Amino acid sequence: MSMFQYDFMDNAFAAASIVALVAGLVGYFLVLRAQTFAGHALAHVGFTGATGAVLIGVSPLWGLVSVTIAGGILMGFLGEKLAHRDVAIGIVLSMSLGLGLLFLHFFTAYATQVTALLFGNVLGVDLPTLRALAVLGLVSMAGLAVISRPLLFASLQPELAEAKGLRLRLLSVLFLAIVGLATAECAQIVGVLLVFTLMVGPAAAAQKITSRLFAGLTLAVLFALIEAWLGLTLAFYSNWPSSFWITALSSLIYVLCLLAASGRTRQHAVGA
Amino acid sequence: MMQADKAAACHGLRIELGGRVVLEHVSFAIEQGEFVGLLGPNGAGKTSLLRVMLGLLAPAAGQVEILGGSPAARRSAIGYVPQIRTNPAGLSLSARDFVAAAAGGSRWGLPILSKSDRADVEQALDLVGGAALADRPLGSLSGGERQRLLLAQALLGRPRLLLLDEPLVNLDPHRQRDVVELVQKLQRQYKLAVLFSAHDLNPLLGAMDRVLYLGGGQAVIGNVGEVINGPVLTRLYGSPIEVMHAGARIFVVPGAQP
Repeated sequence: MSMFQYDFMDNAFAAASIVALVAGLVGYFLVLRAQTFAGHALAHVGFTGATGAVLIGVSPLWGLVSVTIAGGILMGFLGEKLAHRDVAIGIVLSMSLGLGLLFLHFFTAYATQVTALLFGNVLGVDLPTLRALAVLGLVSMAGLAVISRPLLFASLQPELAEAKGLRLRLLSVLFLAIVGLATAECAQIVGVLLVFTLMVGPAAAAQKITSRLFAGLTLAVLFALIEAWLGLTLAFYSNWPSSFWITALSSLIYVLCLLAASGRTRQHAVGA
Repeated sequence: MMQADKAAACHGLRIELGGRVVLEHVSFAIEQGEFVGLLGPNGAGKTSLLRVMLGLLAPAAGQVEILGGSPAARRSAIGYVPQIRTNPAGLSLSARDFVAAAAGGSRWGLPILSKSDRADVEQALDLVGGAALADRPLGSLSGGERQRLLLAQALLGRPRLLLLDEPLVNLDPHRQRDVVELVQKLQRQYKLAVLFSAHDLNPLLGAMDRVLYLGGGQAVIGNVGEVINGPVLTRLYGSPIEVMHAGARIFVVPGAQP
């Protein structure tokens, strides 16, 4: 019996494909800029947004999206001020999760929504959500396409980029807004707690095994797609949660790339 | 003050950082094709002066002209080698992609290089002897090799003035000589004006035409012999300074209190 006989599986595959594409591309730059923590943090504050939206009767996706984008913009503006403030950041993040929990407490009818928000519910994606994901995915990829060239320059050589007239703060704000959007999308598939797995895992694995920019971007997308598709397939046949399979595959691919990379350096050392 | 024939001209500059005066009454001009060493102890204001010349820091007083225009208007004519970062991003990227990121990097859009941009990148890599490094990841390169890549980035777009911020920091003496010789070769080959900052003048002896010395919040410019001597530096610092010669090397040391 094919899993594609079910509409919910079709939707799940379509949603996971869109999100994997966005996460792979955005994640590549996130890893390159060593800002992976931002993705994690935005997902946490997004939880407050999603639960707050449920409380006031709005779709959790829109609560998630607006709060993660706003959070990204704020992070971009604060910039350097946030560096080395890990305690303050940690307190804000746990506060966000706590607040989200409180919102849910007031809305006990939606108890299942907690797990869905925290760990994702890709099998529950309906057609309107799929359409929303497609539009949001297009917006974030278009945004990334516009800023990717100066973003790369500013990430690698900020002083030189500034001297050539680039506005570093503006770029950082725009990029983190895009990260916020991508985070909200990822959360639909794997949940706010596991955003790291789709956004950072594939991109970090890709950067382990290639030093070329376009090969890296392609591999990041490819890994994310494989993890999403294979994760869904395994979930369908095993009846285990898809988020579990996606995290397991993400870790597996990362470890394999790590091994491949260390094998390559050893070869270099012997050859030299 | 219009000095279009000069590579750079500063007149009566005062530079303040957070309300504190770093440099005052700074006036000098750099001729086209001239190699000027920017010397002075750490914290003397070398980086601040370079930032003013790049248009990144507005002077509290005075004017700066680069090739007869404002720093912002001459942006594309200035090549800049910033201080090497201790914790750079993109260590997994290849040297070629690292250099290429600076080629037209301030334009919006996808990071896809035109044919001429690609040719520029290869040429810049060749000029700094970096062709053999091109496919290696940044993280596997030594400090001296990375310094070459920064120089390659600065050469993109054929600048006429090259500003280098402490490129010799953390390099052993042998590599320091390589970098200075490379910059000197480029200066001669392309009639580049060079302002090369360093806190030790010895690696630059023989390469620089003149020295711009910062100290005690002031600046003095001239030939090495005119500037690096006890009376001039003592006047600059307002406290006794001795200049000692050991073979071909020169040392600036605090003098004995009278």
